[in-house]
Amino acid sequence: MSLDDVVAQLADGMTIGIGGWATRRKPMALIRAIARSPLRDLTIVSYGGPDVGMLAASGKLRKLIFAFVSLDQYPLEPHFRAARQAGLEVLELDEGLLHWGLRAAAMKLPFLPTRIGIGTDIVKQPVFETIVSPFDDREELIAMPALKLDVALLHVHRSDERGNVLTLSPDPFFDELMARAAQRVFVTAERIVSTAELDMSRNARFNLIERTMITGVVEARFGAHPTSAAPEYHLDLAHLKTYVDSATSTQSWAAYRERFIETTPENYLAAVGGSERIATLPAPVY
Amino acid sequence: MDRDYSLAELIIAAAAEAWRHDGEIMATGIGPLPRLAASLAKLTCNPALQTTDGECWYTSQPVPPGPRNGPMPEIEGLANYDRVFSTIWSGKRHAMVAPVQIDRFGQTNISVIGNHARPKAAMLGARGYPGNSVHHPNSYFFASHTPRAFVAGEVDYVCSAGYNPARYRDGRMPATLDLRLIVTDLAVLDFEGPAHAIRVRSLHPGISFEQVQDNTGFALIRPAHIPITREPTAEQLAIIARLDPNQVRKTVLQGDPPGNRRAA
Repeated sequence: MSLDDVVAQLADGMTIGIGGWATRRKPMALIRAIARSPLRDLTIVSYGGPDVGMLAASGKLRKLIFAFVSLDQYPLEPHFRAARQAGLEVLELDEGLLHWGLRAAAMKLPFLPTRIGIGTDIVKQPVFETIVSPFDDREELIAMPALKLDVALLHVHRSDERGNVLTLSPDPFFDELMARAAQRVFVTAERIVSTAELDMSRNARFNLIERTMITGVVEARFGAHPTSAAPEYHLDLAHLKTYVDSATSTQSWAAYRERFIETTPENYLAAVGGSERIATLPAPVY
Repeated sequence: MDRDYSLAELIIAAAAEAWRHDGEIMATGIGPLPRLAASLAKLTCNPALQTTDGECWYTSQPVPPGPRNGPMPEIEGLANYDRVFSTIWSGKRHAMVAPVQIDRFGQTNISVIGNHARPKAAMLGARGYPGNSVHHPNSYFFASHTPRAFVAGEVDYVCSAGYNPARYRDGRMPATLDLRLIVTDLAVLDFEGPAHAIRVRSLHPGISFEQVQDNTGFALIRPAHIPITREPTAEQLAIIARLDPNQVRKTVLQGDPPGNRRAA
């Protein structure tokens, strides 16, 4: 399938989980495809980076469920800040609570108990309830409600046509839980290869999730750009700067959209300096 | 005898003390000075500490902040986020992070300034602060000790839990809530006052209690005798220089002031 085929499977008002973490392995080619579509009123669940900012600036968000939105080397995401300060509806979580909510949904449970949030303003948001341990300790705990997703969008390194996937980076983040919390899962892959080429017996630890969970796969070379898909390519700090600067005015955002979003994947790749440049970006320091 | 050291180096040496008695746990310092402090602790007072490259590996030796020259650091273990969460929940971690606000209960904020629904300034979001605060020991670093950071009343949005009885059922605080040190450009504070009230533990050279109190939006506990923050030793200064070849520590505090402000 194509990026636009995936977008055609999405609908206004959906709750969509986005894989990756901040500036790492975000399915940005799909995010750009959503940004140029007529979709609206989305609820986004994300360990947020430019995916959240770009969708916010494109007017796609009704609600954000998040623990942070950051561009790491540029800690404050300017498009997210603008949307948040204009009153975007949010459910603010802790990183571990977000994990726990996805885990509950993945297990088809209504909630999972935790101590996370006790004593903070996070649990004063109306979705939270407390629960008392039924055992002798009688400890009062927080009930983290399941975060059920209509769709999860992930970026992986390899897939075959059937959706047997490999995520080669050392940190898989919480992509597996995003997928298990979702009704349907669409994946972009750096390369679609034969099943034999996956060399699965050797690469089994990189296979985060079985193909029964994967609805569709799209080949998208450099599909995570400007975020990283280590070990194959790294964060594009220069482009990230361009993206950050696009938040300075309506005109600069319109110019960014025109150049990098309202375009084909092929022209995008050329506009950001070509595949050779991306493939040789230096590893960032954290 | 006066040794030449910067305020950043004084802070790194003072902050390293946070991990001295922690044994074999994960030490996390967020931001250059807390990170260098954890690194210094690992190379001096607590070699058992595990530290990471800031991305997803535990390394045998601390990794310098900024660009890395020379060989890749030796990797000794995996510290991806799933594993870090598990470590947090086990309690075997002590983090020193840099919030935007703190209040008299030790509650901190990095989410918003102003109203949560429509903030005056949106910042990062609560990140891992809520979970950190009720699972393992935590310390805090403030590059600028002012009443805007050390607020009167409560912080604008409580991201990390503190010793505020009103926020717990029957006032019962989690047994695992364990706040340790607050290191600032003026002093080292701790929670060893009555009912965990914030106390001045040591004053940086040349700083008075009154200066610290005047820059704090709530009343601090003043012990009868307040020691001066210990000056970094020549050995500590040499190790800090080795840990920070890019001199990132010089960029954290405005003007990179000297550590001994009696002289200034």
